[in-house]
Amino acid sequence: MLEAMSLRKAYAGRQVLDGIDLEVSDGETLVILGPSGSGKSTLLRCLVGLERPDQGTVRLHGVDIFDADTSTLAKLRERIGMTFQGGALFGSMTVAGNIDVPLAEYTRLPLSTRRIIARIKLGTVGLEDALDRYPSELSGGMRKRAALARAMALDPEILFCDEPSAGLDPITAASLDQLLNQLKRIFDVTLVVVTHEMASAFAIANRIAMMHEGKVRISGTPEEVRASQDPVVRRFLDRVPRDGPGVLGDSA
Amino acid sequence: MMRPPLLSVGAATLDVVADTGGMWRLATAALRRLLVDPFRGGRLRLPMVVHQIQRAGFDSLPLVMLISVLLGMIVAFQSAYQLDKLGALSLVANLVAVSVTRELAPLMTAIIISGRYGSAVSAELGMMQVSQEVDALTVMGIDPVSFLVNPRLVAFSIALPCLTVFADAAGILGGFTVSVLSLGIGSSAYVSNTLDALQGKDIVVGLVKSLAFAWIIGLVVCQVGLATRGGPEEVGRSTTTAVVRSIVLIIGADLFVTALFYVRG
Repeated sequence: MLEAMSLRKAYAGRQVLDGIDLEVSDGETLVILGPSGSGKSTLLRCLVGLERPDQGTVRLHGVDIFDADTSTLAKLRERIGMTFQGGALFGSMTVAGNIDVPLAEYTRLPLSTRRIIARIKLGTVGLEDALDRYPSELSGGMRKRAALARAMALDPEILFCDEPSAGLDPITAASLDQLLNQLKRIFDVTLVVVTHEMASAFAIANRIAMMHEGKVRISGTPEEVRASQDPVVRRFLDRVPRDGPGVLGDSA
Repeated sequence: MMRPPLLSVGAATLDVVADTGGMWRLATAALRRLLVDPFRGGRLRLPMVVHQIQRAGFDSLPLVMLISVLLGMIVAFQSAYQLDKLGALSLVANLVAVSVTRELAPLMTAIIISGRYGSAVSAELGMMQVSQEVDALTVMGIDPVSFLVNPRLVAFSIALPCLTVFADAAGILGGFTVSVLSLGIGSSAYVSNTLDALQGKDIVVGLVKSLAFAWIIGLVVCQVGLATRGGPEEVGRSTTTAVVRSIVLIIGADLFVTALFYVRG
């Protein structure tokens, strides 16, 4: 369904993605895990077409997204949804207005019907009451759920989530993980989630791809990743700090 | 560490070239979507255009009127100062009418709109860029130029000429007030001189200028806003850049259009 082949991307001479090969099957939940700066967000941006890789291709349903014409790309985009780290809700619109943007763009439904759909979508993420509220009036967790409702507006086949639980308290983060699992079960959506939160990763993943220095270091089921004896993987899972002086100058 | 002056000049030149390229690309993309896309099933988002016209036009009208009345008064006083020496005080009306319609109304309106609405647009788009709202649009398959830039460009193009007409009237009213109440020129003489002096061409020149200014402001503030990278502090920086750059370009374009109409008679 989604394939990335030999992706390479460099910024100012620094190789951020260094030959990434990845495949996501229908109905799968792939979690891209890794420390900050490992290239996971860049990989996600390449997968959704926001960033053109220096080399390599991304194929969605067999179509190279960087080679597709405008109308083909628009049709592909209709089938994907994405949530961003900060929500990226349009601040000048209410939550209902936000959900209405993709609906108005891709359907010819009247406003009243679109509003009903927005209400239903908000219901699925437990935010029925937030229909006419502005993003600035919502908490961090509510904003992420509203963004999820917007991303699900067109019932996408594949949903990309960038750090869905970042910045949330553990209880809200766990609720969001639960919500992602429910959405996946109910709507049979394929999930590609980027996170550095291990608890979230193990709570939602069918498969985990752990990134390290622009490469996929390990890819496997959560159990396989947990059992890995790779020192880089172990350091990340066991939360071993990097070598070097700490804040107070002592060796870490 | 201080950068060597030559390096600073080189870096600034590269920035100008990059920004000019960015503006050119935005202008062609916006024009293509405005002119070609409607024939391919694309659409202009009318509610957004109306909303932006309200922000650019109606909300700015009181300020534009006030400044224009004051400007008309100033021009009347300044021209009276010279014309009185020549015994041609009654020509104040002619000078006010021509200078306001051909020059001051379009220029001042553009500067006001650049500072008021242009800065708001630049900040808004900059904030949308740094908070990934523009990325969200792109992922949804919605073209940011069609969704964000064109409604604002159309609003600038409609609001600025309309505001200029109001500014014309307000400026002449300001001149009239000073002339009648302070300079002792009769009201009917002032009106008659104004009508004698004003030609359709004067108003057309002003409107052509205002349309050119509208595109300059629109393209500059949208381009600078969408090019914002980094955090919220960059939004403030790019807003300042957008306003300063658009005012410089407005005045440059004003000189160009004025010279063009002067040469062509």
